[in-house]
Amino acid sequence: MSIDEEVEVLRKIPLFANIEPAKLKLMCFASQRMTFKSGQTLCGQGDAGDSAFIILEGEADVVIENDGPLVVAQFGKNDIIGEIAILCDVPRTASVIATTELTALEITKDLFFRMVTDFPEMGVEVMRVLAHRLEHTTALLLAARHGAK
Amino acid sequence: MERRRLDPMERRRLDPMEPNLFKYIWHHSRRDQLAILLLVVLSMPFYFLSLDLPKMIVNQGILGQGFPDPTANKPFLPIELPFGEFLTGAPVTLFDGFSLRQEEFLLSLTFSYVILYLINSGFKYTINTGKGRLGERMLRRLRYELSDRLLRFPIPHMRRVKQAEVATMIKDEVEPLGGFIGDAFVTPVFLGGQAITAIIFILVQNHWLGMVAAIIVGVQAYLVPKMRVPILRLGRQRQLTARQLAGRVAEVVDGAVEIHSHDTSNLERADLVSRLGRIFDIRYEIFQRKFMVKFVNNFLAQLTPFIFYGGGGILAIRGHLDVGALVAVIFAYKDLPSPIKELIDWEQQRNDVQIKYDQVIEQFQPSEILDPAVQDPDQDASEPLDGQVTLSAVSLADESGNRLIQAVSFSVACNDHIAIFGSSDSGKDHLALVLARLTEPSSGSIRVGGRDLTKLPQSVTGRRIGYLGQDTYLFPQSVRENLLYGLRHKPLRQPTETPERRARRKAWIAESRRAGNPIWDIEADWTDYEAAGATGPEDIDDRVVDVLTLVEMDDDVYRFGLGGTIDAEAQPAFAEAILRARAELPKRLAQDNAENLVVRFDPESYNKNATLAENLLFGTPRKQGYKLRDLALNELMTDVLDEIGLLDSTVDMGVTIARTMVEIFADLPPGHPFFEQFSFIDADDMPDFRNYVAKVDKQGIEALGPSDRLALRRLPLNYTEARHRLGLIDEAIESRAVAARKLFAERLTKLDPEAVAIYDPDAYNSAASLQDNILFGRIAYGQAKAEEIVGRAMTDLLDALGLRKTVVEAGLDFQVGVGGKRLSAAQRQKLGLARNLLKRPDLLIVNDGLAVMDTATQDKLQRRVLERRKGRGVIWMLQRPHSCEQFSRVLVMQDGRIVEQGSFADLNKPGSALSEFLAAE
Repeated sequence: MSIDEEVEVLRKIPLFANIEPAKLKLMCFASQRMTFKSGQTLCGQGDAGDSAFIILEGEADVVIENDGPLVVAQFGKNDIIGEIAILCDVPRTASVIATTELTALEITKDLFFRMVTDFPEMGVEVMRVLAHRLEHTTALLLAARHGAK
Repeated sequence: MERRRLDPMERRRLDPMEPNLFKYIWHHSRRDQLAILLLVVLSMPFYFLSLDLPKMIVNQGILGQGFPDPTANKPFLPIELPFGEFLTGAPVTLFDGFSLRQEEFLLSLTFSYVILYLINSGFKYTINTGKGRLGERMLRRLRYELSDRLLRFPIPHMRRVKQAEVATMIKDEVEPLGGFIGDAFVTPVFLGGQAITAIIFILVQNHWLGMVAAIIVGVQAYLVPKMRVPILRLGRQRQLTARQLAGRVAEVVDGAVEIHSHDTSNLERADLVSRLGRIFDIRYEIFQRKFMVKFVNNFLAQLTPFIFYGGGGILAIRGHLDVGALVAVIFAYKDLPSPIKELIDWEQQRNDVQIKYDQVIEQFQPSEILDPAVQDPDQDASEPLDGQVTLSAVSLADESGNRLIQAVSFSVACNDHIAIFGSSDSGKDHLALVLARLTEPSSGSIRVGGRDLTKLPQSVTGRRIGYLGQDTYLFPQSVRENLLYGLRHKPLRQPTETPERRARRKAWIAESRRAGNPIWDIEADWTDYEAAGATGPEDIDDRVVDVLTLVEMDDDVYRFGLGGTIDAEAQPAFAEAILRARAELPKRLAQDNAENLVVRFDPESYNKNATLAENLLFGTPRKQGYKLRDLALNELMTDVLDEIGLLDSTVDMGVTIARTMVEIFADLPPGHPFFEQFSFIDADDMPDFRNYVAKVDKQGIEALGPSDRLALRRLPLNYTEARHRLGLIDEAIESRAVAARKLFAERLTKLDPEAVAIYDPDAYNSAASLQDNILFGRIAYGQAKAEEIVGRAMTDLLDALGLRKTVVEAGLDFQVGVGGKRLSAAQRQKLGLARNLLKRPDLLIVNDGLAVMDTATQDKLQRRVLERRKGRGVIWMLQRPHSCEQFSRVLVMQDGRIVEQGSFADLNKPGSALSEFLAAE
């Protein structure tokens, strides 16, 4: 896959929909495209987070290690993962493990911050994604409480 | 070797150098000086003859005195017995001489003149080389003496020494002394003799002319030295200012971080400029005065011929003086001014070097200097230190009388583990130096097993005591050399002797002795392997690796080894083993299902994980013009690319890259970090490339000039398809690149096979690192954890093949750089610790030596060191109270005193000083 193709993939992701192709190209050029084998870890719970991933191809499980591994979510094509750790400088809150062969664009913390500061529309888009996730988590929490009662 | 016995009661405090340069020179070189003087005296008669000969040539040879007519004969070279007439009453002729006609006589005389000239030149040659050798010998002695004194400076004095100034003194300032020493006695005799001969000669010819010459010479000899007195004073100032300038320049280097971080570079500039101005003023004044002296001197010298030609000419006209004598006088006088001038110069030089000598030796006579016996390598060191280390009322004060240690008394077992705890101003650093015998206490006594520590020679303290300070100096050598440094006290094993070496060595020893230098052989093996617990050079590496493992430096050294190179011809078995590892690597990776992580170099295919330049060169450059970044300029490669039809393609690729860069970096400001990180093009060059792209778009690729093409051609050389993903390398390019690679290799083998070590799957590449030799390819881009997995596979593989040790040993050859700057501060301290552990001292003193490391590492290393040193003494100065727990006894120091001592458990009670520190931490 060449850079031009990667840019095409990114443009289909809502987060990047409003960004000029030249900027996306810069982002692709400045990032590494990584291939993970099924079962390989994209990031491990508790590790220091220094990059986020955009899945270009394949699927992954989000796993929380508590008393045993617990799959809390699944990600697939066009999803962005790992942004929490680089936004708030906390260790990875969960592990992400590829369940198929997976290709992702690895965006370093530095690049991510530069893109968000240089292109505010991208910042808004990140906020929207996070808000969606919070809403989803809250719903899950409520459901869990109801279940407990 | 002259050996002095160590007098137990007396360590000489002052060891003055001879203050009078002349006495110093005479004392050490009188035999040589006398030999040369003798030669000078012997040369004198010949010199006189050569002066007399022109007169004979003119008067007898040309004007025909003694020849009544052109056909008459006259004896040539008759020899008469000296004082024959006085002894026997009549001249005694030993040899009648050759009877010659006038023309023959003239030719014989002129021929004799040539012979005399040759004899005089021969004397000059022998005398001058003799003087040169004498001077160099004395210079060697003086330089050795200064270096020897430098090595005997006590450590506290050493701290005040400015290294650049000392270096200038030993290297440059004594240099003129060497030139002078040869002339010290010979010149006045030689030149004085010449001048006197010339004056006597003139006096004999005509006493009036002779007296005029003598008077003028007298005026010269009086006036000129007087005029030169201020020059000498200025010369002294010049030397001091120049020395200080050297010191300041060294400070600028040492203080570079402070200068940059405080923006004081301009203060330094001002300081340097003020010094340069001062030096200029001094030198300019010297020039003015010097040329004034020259002017006066020349004037006086020219006055005499004026008198000769004028006065002498009138005498000749009136017949009081024959023309031959006048010519001879003028001829003799021609030789007079130069010896006089040189004599005056010599006097000047004498004053000058005496001043230099005074100023140099002044710096090398500190108030205290170690007795040479303290450093005598042959002092007995066989008796180990044991029993008790007992300090009684030990005090130390600095130069201004501040008490650093105050009446410290304690007694501990020599083989115990003692912690001395205190804050940084408690005086424990000084106590450590005193215990290691690096500083002498101002009062009190230190006894080790009943022996007075301050009286022990360094052969005992330096071999039986280990000392690790807070920063360790590493010499710019390999890791191994630095570790063995602590074992090299004297030459122990002679190097293998060959007849040539033996002869060379014999001459070397003889000459060293003449210069008063010691004759220790630097090429001998100095390493005391037994002290480290090894038997010889064969098994010392085991011990070295052992101590490196103990201080946790083994992994670092292993990495140095992987990154280093070996010479396959010198170590064929090792290279062979590495090739085996190269062959095994894919199989090992396949076990982890990771064989796609390494893309190997294949002569037949293009490697998408390497740059285009690497693919074309396909080898490790050895010569400058073949470095990857210069490949676009390499003529051979350019020709090859042109022939294969790839040159234009690289320009096309360059245009594509430039276009992409212009597009994606268009809006970024020039200083943006992305430029440095990612761009193929510097921000500054971006406008040029924008123009190239515009030109190509408008007028086509043909519109580019040669320099435009070169700039564009350079871009794709750094391009790696797998990493940059611009889709530039298609199959057609790949196959042509492979063809170009082959053609290039073929041409290179003929032209310059040394320039590049071409990749060959079956051969070891001595120009590349061990790691690159095993990998023989590139780690694939974009594969998760590739480096980690491949790195582990390589380590496992080397372990499985039993190569780990060999790689570590290769790592021991890693050069640590000047002052160990290629290592981190923690690594330097670890090496310092390892160096001390390797020599297995009876007592190890650690002066907070691990403080640069993080606390976890400090604790771990401390535990490991104490474990290793069970039953052998350790005294450890500590600043962190918790670290004291591992020691059997703790001494707490405050304000230069020991305030409490006991076991950690005893002291860790409410109310104790230690417990306060523990609570505070």
